[in-house]
Amino acid sequence: MTATVARKPPGARPRRPAWEEPPSPLGQGAKAVLLGLLVLSVLFPLWVILVTSLSSRETIARAGGLVVIPRGIDVSAYETIFAGGAVTRALWISTLVTVIGTALALTVTVLAAYGLSRPRSLGYRWLLAYFLLPFLIYPPLVPKYLVVTGLGLKDTIWALVLPPAISVFNLVVVRGFFQGIPQELLDSARIDGASDFRTLTRIVLPLARAVIAVVGLFYAVTYWNVWFDALLFIDRNDMYPIQRVLQSYLLAGQAPTTSGAASGATMPPTEAIKMAVVVLTVAPIVAVYPFIQRHFVKGVLIGAIKG
Amino acid sequence: MSTREATAGAGPQRTRPGAPAPASRPPARRRRVPLRTRLRRDWQLLAMVAPGFVILLVFSYVPILGNVIAFQDYNPYLGANPLEAFLQSEWIGFGQFQLLFEDPAFWHAFRNTLAITAFQLVFFFPLPILLAIVLHSLLSSRLRGFIQTVVYLPHFFSWVLVVSFFVAMLGGAGLLAQTMREAGMEPWNVMTNPDTFIILVTVEAIWKDVGWGTIVFLAALSTIDQNLYEAAAADGAGRWRRLWHITLPGLRPVIVLLLILRLGDALSVGFEQFLLQRDAVGRQAAEVLDTFVYHFSIATGNYGYGAAAGLFKAAIGLILILAANKVAHLLGERGIYSRS
Repeated sequence: MTATVARKPPGARPRRPAWEEPPSPLGQGAKAVLLGLLVLSVLFPLWVILVTSLSSRETIARAGGLVVIPRGIDVSAYETIFAGGAVTRALWISTLVTVIGTALALTVTVLAAYGLSRPRSLGYRWLLAYFLLPFLIYPPLVPKYLVVTGLGLKDTIWALVLPPAISVFNLVVVRGFFQGIPQELLDSARIDGASDFRTLTRIVLPLARAVIAVVGLFYAVTYWNVWFDALLFIDRNDMYPIQRVLQSYLLAGQAPTTSGAASGATMPPTEAIKMAVVVLTVAPIVAVYPFIQRHFVKGVLIGAIKG
Repeated sequence: MSTREATAGAGPQRTRPGAPAPASRPPARRRRVPLRTRLRRDWQLLAMVAPGFVILLVFSYVPILGNVIAFQDYNPYLGANPLEAFLQSEWIGFGQFQLLFEDPAFWHAFRNTLAITAFQLVFFFPLPILLAIVLHSLLSSRLRGFIQTVVYLPHFFSWVLVVSFFVAMLGGAGLLAQTMREAGMEPWNVMTNPDTFIILVTVEAIWKDVGWGTIVFLAALSTIDQNLYEAAAADGAGRWRRLWHITLPGLRPVIVLLLILRLGDALSVGFEQFLLQRDAVGRQAAEVLDTFVYHFSIATGNYGYGAAAGLFKAAIGLILILAANKVAHLLGERGIYSRS
């Protein structure tokens, strides 16, 4: 086997195939610089933001704003944020939207994917076309706004939860996986008298854990990141999700407001609070993502191939 | 798995029937089973599909039909709810479109959108291919895995977060300006400069999605027959010739597919990205079609006008994707649907 990369079992020392010319130092150098800069462009801002959020007033004043080299850890910015106020509330709203939304979207998607996985079922072709067409035509902004407000969803979390509750792409991924399950397995369940619901919960779902984890991550990220829908549908600022609050602090230049308890000289520096809000917005994504990342290339591609 | 099959996004359209089967000629085996029997057999499947059916109906299909308000002088105050207002509003035919086509602000947004798409097609589109080839050539799978983990990450950040990162690094009070000020230089603020805005948004888009874009190319690369490389090397083909004659042709179907999808989306450039930065750099540089629709409808209450602009954009988009697909077929590529 002459595969250059990737095919080697982990641990085995990868080797360059004999026919390939040795790499030129220039090429290797260019490659290292390119990849190094790319990785650094992601990690460096994360580092600076984290360090600044944990810096004391003196450190920030000495650095003149953002801090690259940490000098001690000061968690007062986080204490201030969690003492109550807009950020705490927004984090709570976002968590609620993400948890309810992901649970709902996964349920809807898995059910629809299974319902659409049997080519000979009643209405199959029509239903499939119905579910896939929105992939080509996006719901237009103005009528969608009128529908959501017309249903009275404005200023409720349902305006954020319901519209994205089924994504055609995710549906195709899950359905593709379901169609890859050996037919004999499903047939034997049916012969044993299992209904479709039972087959789905007892046989199909336990096999589909990886793909459900991936699609669940996609949905969770969509809900956690919701910003524009909140701009459209949420006018009350005590209902803002975290992205709206982040925008108002970092991009619209609004000063972070905190509960009255901490004020004046005891308030941690604005810069630290701002960066702490960024950290709290990034943290859930960075925390969950590495566990699911190893699945998703496979998950996404399975869906695409079988779909 | 062949290279063609590995293309993400190819799935939905391929299985989608070009036109759903006419009721007059159902497959032979269906006719014999009476509807009631099939209902009894499949009712659970239908029940499973129902929640998704309703959500799509309410939040996709009704809005798509709702596009008809583009032909109305829609007045939200005519009824207690949008439906009543819709029924009461006056039909004015193509009046909104006439206004739209005479509106210089609309054509300005249109030109901006096309310019940004063209710019990104040249400076962004090839980068994931390049990065995928470089990543694929790394021998250490551990190093490769680490780099992939890091560069995929920004794809999951919201645009608010991405723009916040850029403001923190490159903005007027950001790290770069801070460093330049310390060094006694006049800091420049790229975040509010309309002249370089097109470069800024492209860099932001690259930062967010260049890593994610490699996934589909990496999958295609791993399906190229390695013996081709060995045979070519034995025949004296150097590194660059192998890249040109084996790697790139191997990637061609995927490249064409993604190009079609991008062209079909030519009138959409990261909506949230532009809306977020529109105030900082001004409308002249940052107004694109999507932000135009938003600002001239919901933000100002002129719903019919915004709907007309949205409908125009959707129609052009559909024509573009069908045309790009046709061209791909003429060139002997598979395109996004094999049946049309």
